[in-house]
Amino acid sequence: MAIPNKPLGETKAVRDPEVEEREVDILIVGGGMAACGTAFEIKKWMSEGQTVLLCDKAAMERSGAVAQGLSAINTYIGDNTPEDYVRMVRNDLMGIVREDLIFDLGTHVDDSVHLFEEWGLPIWKKSAEGKTLDGKKGQAMGTLKSGAKCVRTGKWQAMINGESYKRIVAEAAKLALGVENILERCFIVEILLDANVKNRIAGAVGFSVRENKIYIIKCKTMMVACGGAVNIYQPRSVGEGKGRCWYPVWNAGSTYTMCMQVGAELTMMENRFTPARFKDGYGPVGAWFLLFKAKAINGLGESYATSDAAKEELAKYAPYGTAAITPTCLRNHLMLFEMKAGRGPIQMDTVTALATLGAKLDKKELKHLESEAWEDFLDMTCGQANLWCAQNCEPEKLNSEIMPTEPYLLGSHSGCCGLWASGPDFDWVPESYKIKAPNGKVYNRMTTVDGLFTAGDGVGGSGHKFSSGSHAEGRITGKAMARYAKDHADFKPTLSKTKEELVALVYKPVNTFLDHCGYTTAIDINPNYVKPSGMAMRLMKATHEYGAGTATYYQTSTKSLEICMDLLQTMREDCEKLAAGDLHELMRCWEIFHRIWTVEAHLRHILFRKETRYPGFYYQADYPGQDDENWFCFVNSQYDPKAGTWECKKRDCIKIIPD
Amino acid sequence: MPSFVIQEKCDGCKGGDKTACMYICPNDLMVLDPNAMKAYNQEPDQCWECFSCVKICPTQAIEVRGYSDFVPLGSSIVPMLGTEDIMWTCKFRNGMIKRFKFPIRTTPEGTANAYKDLRGKDIESELLCTEEVDGTVLRTPATA
Repeated sequence: MAIPNKPLGETKAVRDPEVEEREVDILIVGGGMAACGTAFEIKKWMSEGQTVLLCDKAAMERSGAVAQGLSAINTYIGDNTPEDYVRMVRNDLMGIVREDLIFDLGTHVDDSVHLFEEWGLPIWKKSAEGKTLDGKKGQAMGTLKSGAKCVRTGKWQAMINGESYKRIVAEAAKLALGVENILERCFIVEILLDANVKNRIAGAVGFSVRENKIYIIKCKTMMVACGGAVNIYQPRSVGEGKGRCWYPVWNAGSTYTMCMQVGAELTMMENRFTPARFKDGYGPVGAWFLLFKAKAINGLGESYATSDAAKEELAKYAPYGTAAITPTCLRNHLMLFEMKAGRGPIQMDTVTALATLGAKLDKKELKHLESEAWEDFLDMTCGQANLWCAQNCEPEKLNSEIMPTEPYLLGSHSGCCGLWASGPDFDWVPESYKIKAPNGKVYNRMTTVDGLFTAGDGVGGSGHKFSSGSHAEGRITGKAMARYAKDHADFKPTLSKTKEELVALVYKPVNTFLDHCGYTTAIDINPNYVKPSGMAMRLMKATHEYGAGTATYYQTSTKSLEICMDLLQTMREDCEKLAAGDLHELMRCWEIFHRIWTVEAHLRHILFRKETRYPGFYYQADYPGQDDENWFCFVNSQYDPKAGTWECKKRDCIKIIPD
Repeated sequence: MPSFVIQEKCDGCKGGDKTACMYICPNDLMVLDPNAMKAYNQEPDQCWECFSCVKICPTQAIEVRGYSDFVPLGSSIVPMLGTEDIMWTCKFRNGMIKRFKFPIRTTPEGTANAYKDLRGKDIESELLCTEEVDGTVLRTPATA
């Protein structure tokens, strides 16, 4: 008698899924902050009779990077100027940024923040006496829109009670779009070009992770905003702790991969983010540095970041390194400098910070301060709070270690990889930053593929949008898409693949599994296929060892990169044998496929840029140091879907805002 | 820090229209075993410890146990999500307990103003719908 061999999940995958074909004018792929912005905005601009559909891999109420909540809105312009916002982002990202996109975002972001407050997000306010008022108490000071002052930590942050941030924003998005126009648990896995018109978007294909069903959706225009890429490098914790990554574990690089596969131009894919966070729990450090004025100290107890040696090191990266605010990558660089010299571990001196603050406070105020410190974790990284409890760590009595994490790819935080997208059609925007559609019009945030848009982590060359900026950018994109759909009302999308071909493509891992699963007695070990969990470990091992992961203190070389590219090529071949026994596993198969392509773009860009622009994020050992003469430019790349070839090139970086 | 389901407390959301934890998990981890009518986390090493399932569970059947890689045993953090606040009970390994209450929203659930009747006027401009209503004039950067 054969030993029963069962897949892990509860919803078995079958060979003949149901197929639902749809046609809409506008398709929104993603459900995070950017997509919620699009969902809120778009119907206001759609013409009578136009249709829209949003597909989210998860449930909008808790999807995307803000699912868990946040303790601050990190981009609120307020009394600052968009020009200063550009200057801050430019310096943090070592000079090479799209100033048009950043300035444009800076002029719209506050409108989104004002909506959040109207919808019910509690934003902390300053009382006339300079005291902090949170929750409903803050409302007594009026709204931000009416001129009330928020509680700033740094220049751009506004503190909030943000446990339900995403629920509130999703609520407005769902109400605005209508639940009948939303498909949750629908994972779009490939987007499709038109059969007749060159470089023109025509639709997408995906599947339900809840029932055996494939969706084939035709559209005139589309936004892809599925976040960045996580679990692409071996994390510092490799057991259960793999899930405790800093950015959301479900971000699989889908945005970059799906767009690059139809030939959309990528920009700055070499840029990555390796945030320094509380070790293992990955709790936020921003409030500790900015609100509680804590200092990072090395193993000798020295505040290393202000030492003469640090100043000397930073001077090598002028003018960015010598600016008043040290760029994020260089702060990491200084930390690594200490660790490599044997002066680790690095600690956040919470004890001194709280003692200093406490000296000025009465008992009640001190209690509130403690509560604020815990809320910072409980609102956005609950696990860090638990880690402190498990370690018996009271921050007023015990310092905590901080450490740079494994690398992430994203375009909305302190990183700027993504798609090359059009800026707005203003006179002050350089012509080379505008992407013209064949009708001669410029559509804000459109990629180089006609009709394909992106936002949030998808738009490259900008960064520091965070939650509020991603929402605002999603709204900008929403309006541009409505305009595009109106201008192209007569376009009839035609797919080049048949329904049968698309079903075979999406369900290939299912058929591979069913064809071979009976051959062995252990479901995961079979010479005819590979499970996505195994492929995920293979990817993370390769990047860890060769692609400037934590194993080498983020250092790589041309030779190492070439080895890694070969390994990725083999992985892509073996992905043809990915196997899925259930729908959850089918989702994992497509995610690892998306991750591999995204990592390939990342490494291809690092290979092309022959300098080390972001020390602290990665080091190209063959080309140490910043080389402004040759590399003060964007690196862009494009995949040719017909030929299957890649091209990397330089694009001019134009300074718009004076110093 | 994977979530886990307490056998005795989980009723599989029998009385509800959906299995709450399965509905909410952003990473599709929580599933219902239809025979036992109990939920479980099918892939604990992909759990982001976001607590979405813990907060939504109608019978408080879900808690979180720290990742075995680096979290010592014996602690717990347990939320109670209300309509206006969230209450946290944080238990240290040494038995100490801290309780915190934080506001979560200032309006009743379901009342966010989606501006459903608002229709934009000038689709060729770069103004967003509410900016157009406010009469916002978009700034041109002060260039050199």
